[in-house]
Amino acid sequence: MTAPRIEMTIGPELGPRTALGPMLQPTLMELSRPGRGEGKVPHPPADALEDIPVEHRRAMPPALPELNEAEVVRHFVNLSHLNYSIDSGFYPLGSCTMKFNPKINEWAARLFGFAKLHPLAPDALAQGTLQLLWELEEALKEISGMAAVTLQPAAGAHGELTGILMVRAYHEARGDHDRREVIVPDSSHGTNPATASMAGFTTVTVPSDERGGVDLDALRAALSPRTAAVMLTNPSTLGLFEDRIVELLDAVHAAGALAYMDGANLNAVLGKFRPGAAGFDVMHFNVHKTFSTPHGGGGPGAGPVGVGEALLPYLPSPLVLREPDGSFRLERPGERPESIGRVRAYQGSTGVLVRAYAYIRAHGGTGLAQVSEDAVLAANYLKSRLGGAYEIPFDRPCKHEFVATARPLKEATGVRTLDVAKRLIDKGYHPPTIYFPLIVEECLLIEPTETESVETLDAFAEALIEIAREAHEDPDLVIGAPHSAPVRRLDEATAARQPDLRWRAMTGAETPCPQ
Amino acid sequence: MPYGPHTGDDRARMLAALGLDSVEPLFADIPASVRAHGLDLPGPEPELELAARLERLAARNRVDLASFLGAGVYRHYIPAAVDQILSRGEFYTAYTPYQPEISQGTLQTIYEYQSLLAELTGLDVVSASHYDGAAATAEAALMTVRATRRGRVLVSHAVHRHYLDTTRTYFTPAGLVLDELPTLADGTTDLAELERSLAAGAPVAGVVLGQPNVFGLLEPMAEAARLAHAAGALFVAVVEPVSLAVLAPPGAYGADIAAGEGQPLGIAPMYGGPYLGVLATTDALIRQIPGRLVGRTTDLDGRRAFVMTMRAREQDIRREKAASNICTNQALCALAATVYLATIGPHGLRDVAAGGAAKARELERALRVAGAPRVHRAAYLNEFAVHVPGAQRVHAALLDRGVLAGLPLARWYPDDLLLRDALLVCATEVTTSDDIARFAAALAAELGAAGRVPAEVAR
Repeated sequence: MTAPRIEMTIGPELGPRTALGPMLQPTLMELSRPGRGEGKVPHPPADALEDIPVEHRRAMPPALPELNEAEVVRHFVNLSHLNYSIDSGFYPLGSCTMKFNPKINEWAARLFGFAKLHPLAPDALAQGTLQLLWELEEALKEISGMAAVTLQPAAGAHGELTGILMVRAYHEARGDHDRREVIVPDSSHGTNPATASMAGFTTVTVPSDERGGVDLDALRAALSPRTAAVMLTNPSTLGLFEDRIVELLDAVHAAGALAYMDGANLNAVLGKFRPGAAGFDVMHFNVHKTFSTPHGGGGPGAGPVGVGEALLPYLPSPLVLREPDGSFRLERPGERPESIGRVRAYQGSTGVLVRAYAYIRAHGGTGLAQVSEDAVLAANYLKSRLGGAYEIPFDRPCKHEFVATARPLKEATGVRTLDVAKRLIDKGYHPPTIYFPLIVEECLLIEPTETESVETLDAFAEALIEIAREAHEDPDLVIGAPHSAPVRRLDEATAARQPDLRWRAMTGAETPCPQ
Repeated sequence: MPYGPHTGDDRARMLAALGLDSVEPLFADIPASVRAHGLDLPGPEPELELAARLERLAARNRVDLASFLGAGVYRHYIPAAVDQILSRGEFYTAYTPYQPEISQGTLQTIYEYQSLLAELTGLDVVSASHYDGAAATAEAALMTVRATRRGRVLVSHAVHRHYLDTTRTYFTPAGLVLDELPTLADGTTDLAELERSLAAGAPVAGVVLGQPNVFGLLEPMAEAARLAHAAGALFVAVVEPVSLAVLAPPGAYGADIAAGEGQPLGIAPMYGGPYLGVLATTDALIRQIPGRLVGRTTDLDGRRAFVMTMRAREQDIRREKAASNICTNQALCALAATVYLATIGPHGLRDVAAGGAAKARELERALRVAGAPRVHRAAYLNEFAVHVPGAQRVHAALLDRGVLAGLPLARWYPDDLLLRDALLVCATEVTTSDDIARFAAALAAELGAAGRVPAEVAR
């Protein structure tokens, strides 16, 4: 079977999709032919496995696909054409900060000196990377106003877990064993309550007030001697700054609890608001949001965590330290006995952190402040362009993102937010985040970032307005969208009910591909 | 602004649309008492200067030594095609495939990843990846707790030190118990002790062993799995995926879950990450596996397509009741593993695994002759511990002779009299005979200089 040629055919001008047949691209397993693909590594001597007892050996070789290199390359290039990406277009994905990924960062992470360094290499061999990591810790301390930063966590949610484990260690060390609750607002990311559960806490949810902020009275009522921490996202997931943050933090601390900041929305306040200086005790950074490291189709990311003085002893090990002679080293096992311990195998997702470091150096302090100003300006501008066609539930200046709702449109036309989102695909855009935060019905969470031009913002606003018009004139057009993507809407119910999560032909459950 | 498009005119136009003449009012909701005014950071740095700085930093690392360091992270040849594919912006600048209509590239590659790893492990269900081998092991241990509703796991002392530590970090605050199983003198897990631990104390949710274990040794996995199952516990195998080209897969010896580090599958060492946490299980435990899963389905026209599925386990849907808080995964690293396996093929993967085993035997002979015999008797694949008097001092001295002599095990087991004077060394298909000869000669010279000339060398 030969693979059909695939082009990413989004955009209304391209007309109906060409007949692609029953699939877009055969799987590797279907393309496999016994005997293909050789010559990457030398053959070992025939007796190489002589000393391995038979009971430990694999009876049947794994039935992995056999392809020559040209087929492999063509396969993955064809698949790449089926993806939308920042490199191909605008991604107004609220809460995710899909900004441009600078190319020098990719180059830098691949430098041999960085890429080939083993994580257990002695410090003397790792001085370049250790210096970079140490300087990155220093930069993140300055940006956050925190006393110290660990670079270990592998992602934002992993940073949350690390932070909440430190909170737990802090209370335990003080003999404060009854603090078993973590408070989260109803607008919080799902990772916040999931993290609290993983760390053995119960979650208490507090509502938002009519202005989109945390309901201060409800928070005060929820705080108690059982409260270990309050997890806040600021700016919130509605894109709004908690303008009563001082009172919120005072209330948290007065109850003997610690304040955790989810740093997902830091892109809005670089150089404008330093969480540690404002009184937060612990926060995580999402370097794949704020500092432009690529999202990679879901990952990898990195989730450094900053802490104030209270949590210093509990930071995971090892930290990167600078010696008086100017050399760098990793902390040794047991050097900080109160540490929560290890949260992953080695000291961090260094390849991701190199990219974040390059991004921060390229901007400097002034550039990072400009990033936030431009991100906030772009969001407010785009919001002003949509008023009328969509309802803006919290009509005050937003930060880097804002919530719009298609609720009135749904009432008038039956077209839902999901349909609007899918119709955006036809117009050449990745849909914004939809149905999150959970507290606004039929919502779209739109984040333009600072790297999109005014022309792009204008064209996107026009597209959304046009979809609202289409919803009134020809609702089926919108409800049936997308019409020009590589595939139409998928049967997700069957996928979940009868999960097919692996190719079975290899084990004989199915025949290989039809000839 | 190195990457922003806005000119002064653009900003003025946007401000005018908002009826403003500066951005300041847009930040007026930040109370004055907590308002910051700028950041004290070096830069901005033009790309030319930044590139030079990064090259200088990279050059300060020393990656030119003859290296025998493994201990969970292995140097392998990575075919050039892997990085070419990974460098495609369509893959690395894409978001999580929540919009399947425009994410079929990512979704199909994840389905292929799941398929290839299921084949390698001999299991049914593979998650679309975790952070690394340690996180995958911790999640596997937590799975056994959820599935059995028991609160105690037994982890072999010979599971990778950092995986054990990480699992303990995850377990302790949740009120779960992690007991370590001792090892025998031959370096493998003490199964008699496993049997006793299963019979005494709180009911056991899961038993965790490494294959190969942290000392590179082959464990009696089938027997351990049988003992675990007889006590109603699940069995977790911590595996190294390249080895599965030649070693029995977890599915063949009755493992319920396989966890491991996917770094050897085409991912650079990169001083600790990003890596690839492999987590696989049986159909019976499908509802307990955390992390994303991609399934095959059809679109409205009946065309085959792929989609994230069984999402009711995940944090954005289930919040505090989710199977895990994981959100970000390692999709691009999973893509690297998929391209690697497709490029190297089943015969190539066998050659990689067997090539490492052959080089390791060569290394063992050379080190024995140089005066460093193996510590343990059990069979090994491509990594083993050798006894070297004053191991830490010798290891440091060998750096000056251009040899990275593996890992001094004193770093992980400072109180173990046997391991305090041991180096954990590995070989892979990239190890050369010249490197081995250099290591052996340097070691012999070092041991000789310390007045401990082995008989064979002295002659």
